[in-house]
Amino acid sequence: MDAVFLSRLQFALTIAFHYIFPPLTIGMGVVLVWLEGSHLRTGKAIYDTAARFWTKIFALNFAIGVATGIVMEFQFGTNWATYSRFVGDVFGSALAAEGIFAFFLESGFLAVLVFGWDRVGPRMHFFSTLMVALGSIFSSVWIVVANSWQQTPAGHHIVPVIRDGVEVMKDGAPLMRAEIVDFWAMVFNPSTVHRLVHVWIGAFIMGAFFVMSISAWYLLKRRHEEFARRSFDGALVLATVASLAALVSGHFQADSVYEHQPAKMAAFEGHFETGPADMSLFGIPDAESETVRMNIAVPGGLSMLLFQDPNATVVGLDRFREEDRPPLGPSFASYHVMISLGMLFIGLTLLSSFLRWRGKLYEQRWLLWVFVFAVILPVVSNELGWVAAEVGRQPWIVHPPVEWTANGDVVVGPSGVVEYDETLGLRTLDAVSPTVRASQVLGSIIGFGLIYLGLAAVWVFVLDRKIKHGPTPHEDSGSGGPKGLLGAVKERASESGRMTGNPQSAES
Amino acid sequence: MSYEALSVTWFLLLGVLLAGYAVLDGFDLGVGILHPFVPKTDHERRLSMNSIGPLWDGNEVWLVTFGGALFAAFPHAYATVFSGFYTAFMLLLLALISRAVSLEFRSKVQSPGWRRFWDWAFFAGSALATLLFGVATGNAMLGIPLDAEGNFHGTVLDQLTPYPILVGLLTLTLFAMHGGLFLYLKTEGEFQKRLRDWMWRSWGLFLVLFMFTTVATILWIPRATANFEQHPWAAGFALVAMLAVANIPRSLYNGGTGQAFASSCVLILSLVGLFGAALFPNLVTASNEVAHSVTIWNGASSQKTLWIMLIIAMIGMPFVLTYSAVIYWAFRGKTKIGEHSY
Ligand code: HDD
Ligand code: HEM
Ligand code: HEM
Repeated sequence: MDAVFLSRLQFALTIAFHYIFPPLTIGMGVVLVWLEGSHLRTGKAIYDTAARFWTKIFALNFAIGVATGIVMEFQFGTNWATYSRFVGDVFGSALAAEGIFAFFLESGFLAVLVFGWDRVGPRMHFFSTLMVALGSIFSSVWIVVANSWQQTPAGHHIVPVIRDGVEVMKDGAPLMRAEIVDFWAMVFNPSTVHRLVHVWIGAFIMGAFFVMSISAWYLLKRRHEEFARRSFDGALVLATVASLAALVSGHFQADSVYEHQPAKMAAFEGHFETGPADMSLFGIPDAESETVRMNIAVPGGLSMLLFQDPNATVVGLDRFREEDRPPLGPSFASYHVMISLGMLFIGLTLLSSFLRWRGKLYEQRWLLWVFVFAVILPVVSNELGWVAAEVGRQPWIVHPPVEWTANGDVVVGPSGVVEYDETLGLRTLDAVSPTVRASQVLGSIIGFGLIYLGLAAVWVFVLDRKIKHGPTPHEDSGSGGPKGLLGAVKERASESGRMTGNPQSAES
Repeated sequence: MSYEALSVTWFLLLGVLLAGYAVLDGFDLGVGILHPFVPKTDHERRLSMNSIGPLWDGNEVWLVTFGGALFAAFPHAYATVFSGFYTAFMLLLLALISRAVSLEFRSKVQSPGWRRFWDWAFFAGSALATLLFGVATGNAMLGIPLDAEGNFHGTVLDQLTPYPILVGLLTLTLFAMHGGLFLYLKTEGEFQKRLRDWMWRSWGLFLVLFMFTTVATILWIPRATANFEQHPWAAGFALVAMLAVANIPRSLYNGGTGQAFASSCVLILSLVGLFGAALFPNLVTASNEVAHSVTIWNGASSQKTLWIMLIIAMIGMPFVLTYSAVIYWAFRGKTKIGEHSY
């Protein structure tokens, strides 16, 4: 095991663990804003109780997000020094902007969100919640900009490094680096917007499923039912809209991937020969025989998706050198599982929304049980989405551009395959720190592995206790409280009116 | 702005971020270092943790932003430092993780065993992080051997020589004192009384180590002294540091703990200033071959990037300072344990 392999393993491990939490933070942030907004608007205590309960859970998730995020910030320097020297000019700016614009906002107002209930008024508190939600969205902006630039670099040029007036040479060739020429072109590189929208949607799905999971459990256990129904209702709307949106935005992503990284798209679909392309629903791609085994496919599906024509030519893996192709199995599998899960979310949320509309949802105990456990699935699809995007980018850490001919084929060299301009990209193999030894990386992987396992266990344990404990009505909450008996009756009446046809609402 | 002016500006701005981090997270770390010693009851331990509860995360972001800004402004230095000090940084990360999660987890479960475990994790994380910051500072003063491409080939053991260890201990006492003063402002009664002794102790230890370090710097790091001779105004930092050190016991004696805390803030600021002045214009000093040093001239990003980053900082920092001030104001006064505390 060499330092490159181990550094990749470490990066994959640490980012995958970190990325359990950001989507939760972003997704639940939206839920919190909605709950507190509803409380301000309607004055109903139940929203206040709910906001306070979810805030505690939010804080728990946030803490681990922060703890694991720091690791990411420094890892580019520790393990990927050559990469850092190559892209610092471009990539570093996005990372620094993230700190200045996003992390300060998030962590500062988080203090008010979590600890400030009795220190500031409800309006200021709502404002802080809004700022935390906004901050977490901002941080996704800058980090995704940085990542997207690696996928589809733009707004820069590659020039020799000059130190003390002379070109720096390495192994007989001048050492190169990327420098910004057009900041906005760098920020809005061809994949930024697609990726960002898709990441947000993934985060909303995550947050909504998380809330639904816990709420469904309360409903099944007949505890805190009023609270759980309100939370579930809101989250279900978010989940339904976001699941449908994921399909649309994923489609645009796929278009953009094909345009800028055709090898990645070919690996996603196991498309070996340039020509009309099928869309595989299930299969096991085999790089040796260049076929997809046990393939169940929509004939012409991929051509249809990309060109609205089932016979259109799609560039396949045969246009790329063996060493320029992404690892086939992981790309194919991660991409397909993500999409299948996306489809499952659409089905599940549409069915539930329909039942909710008919007032029958909360009688379907089996469905509630499905939601209790379904929270795992968005975690998996968020992770696999990144695995697809990142493994599909291999062997490049910074992907060089691909050129197209007028009739929709890639420009190939004399040998019949794409000849990437090596100076315009960087291979992952060449990106690691030259001085870091495999033993050191192995040590840190073991360290992180143990700590993260422990963290995951403690997180689940504490979360479980919080959930079992449940929301506590705040002193001045409790339905009716300050509004007196009459107000309580009115509230109750309007409630059961809203929940027509739901027999359970009468009990609560 | 010229390329040179931009490079110097970014050197200064990084200094500001580092100083901001040291002053702000310095007291968080200090509270952690004192955690096993000062608070005696469970209630007091919760007070100790909640005194920094709303603040530590925002304070840590100064470090995160420092890392990002170093990456953007001086990528060559970022790569050299972080890969060269690999093991030390991994330990630092583990320490910071440990600090962050122990704050969040400790009071969530009643069991005494659970709480004791996280109390120790909080202490160990804070103390180790502080020690490593000091050791890193010491090594930066000494310089490390670099090859022509700016890579360090040694191991972590090469970095544990007497001078860096001395600076590490100095930082421990400095932050312990700083954290003690902060905690004093946030507490009352019996707990607060006990803190008095610890403030005196840490101040005394700091003073002794400070004198040792000063002598060692003059003896072992001629480059630093040479820098001061070239830029005599930098001696101003030393003067301010001295006055601040002296003012702490004076204020404590007069019962002006607020002033003592302010003095220790000034002390930390001037120490970071001294560090910057000793280093300038190097970012990483090559101890073997002067020409291999990574400086602000050969390690910087392009002029365009430095300029863009400056605009980003000028837009962002006023906001950061404003709402940081608002938040510190919202959490002023003595720490109380309530429904929403840790
Ligand atoms: C799509 C969103 C997203 C993605 C892809 C990443 N992050 Fe993240 N990150 C967040 C969204 C986020 C967040 C939601 O904003 C977090 C989670 C909890 C928090 O504090 O903010 C966060 C926390 C967080 C922190 C702690 C901030 C603090 O102390 O408050 C750091 C340093 C990073 N991240 C850095 C990174 C790096 C270097 C990444 C890439 C390699 C990365 N994150 C991927
Ligand atoms: C947006 C921020 C991200 C950036 C800047 C980024 C950048 C990188 C870098 C520098 C590497 C190491 C070199 C490489 O092997 O390609 C990498 C690899 C990898 N990343 Fe990302 N990444 C990001 C987000 C993610 C997320 C969120 C995940 C998963 C949850 C992820 C999964 C992976 C995996 C699995 C690899 C290893 C792939 C391989 O080496 O074959 N990445 N990425
Ligand atoms: C429903 C159909 C879906 C389609 C067609 C789709 C399509 C895609 C495509 C093509 C990519 C790769 C982009 C690239 O390589 O740059 C991708 C990445 C990703 N997907 Fe999906 N996706 C779908 C559903 C989902 C769902 C349900 C989630 C999460 C809940 C999700 C989360 C992600 C994430 C986090 C990434 C990586 C970030 C990125 O590169 O955008 N996707 N998706």
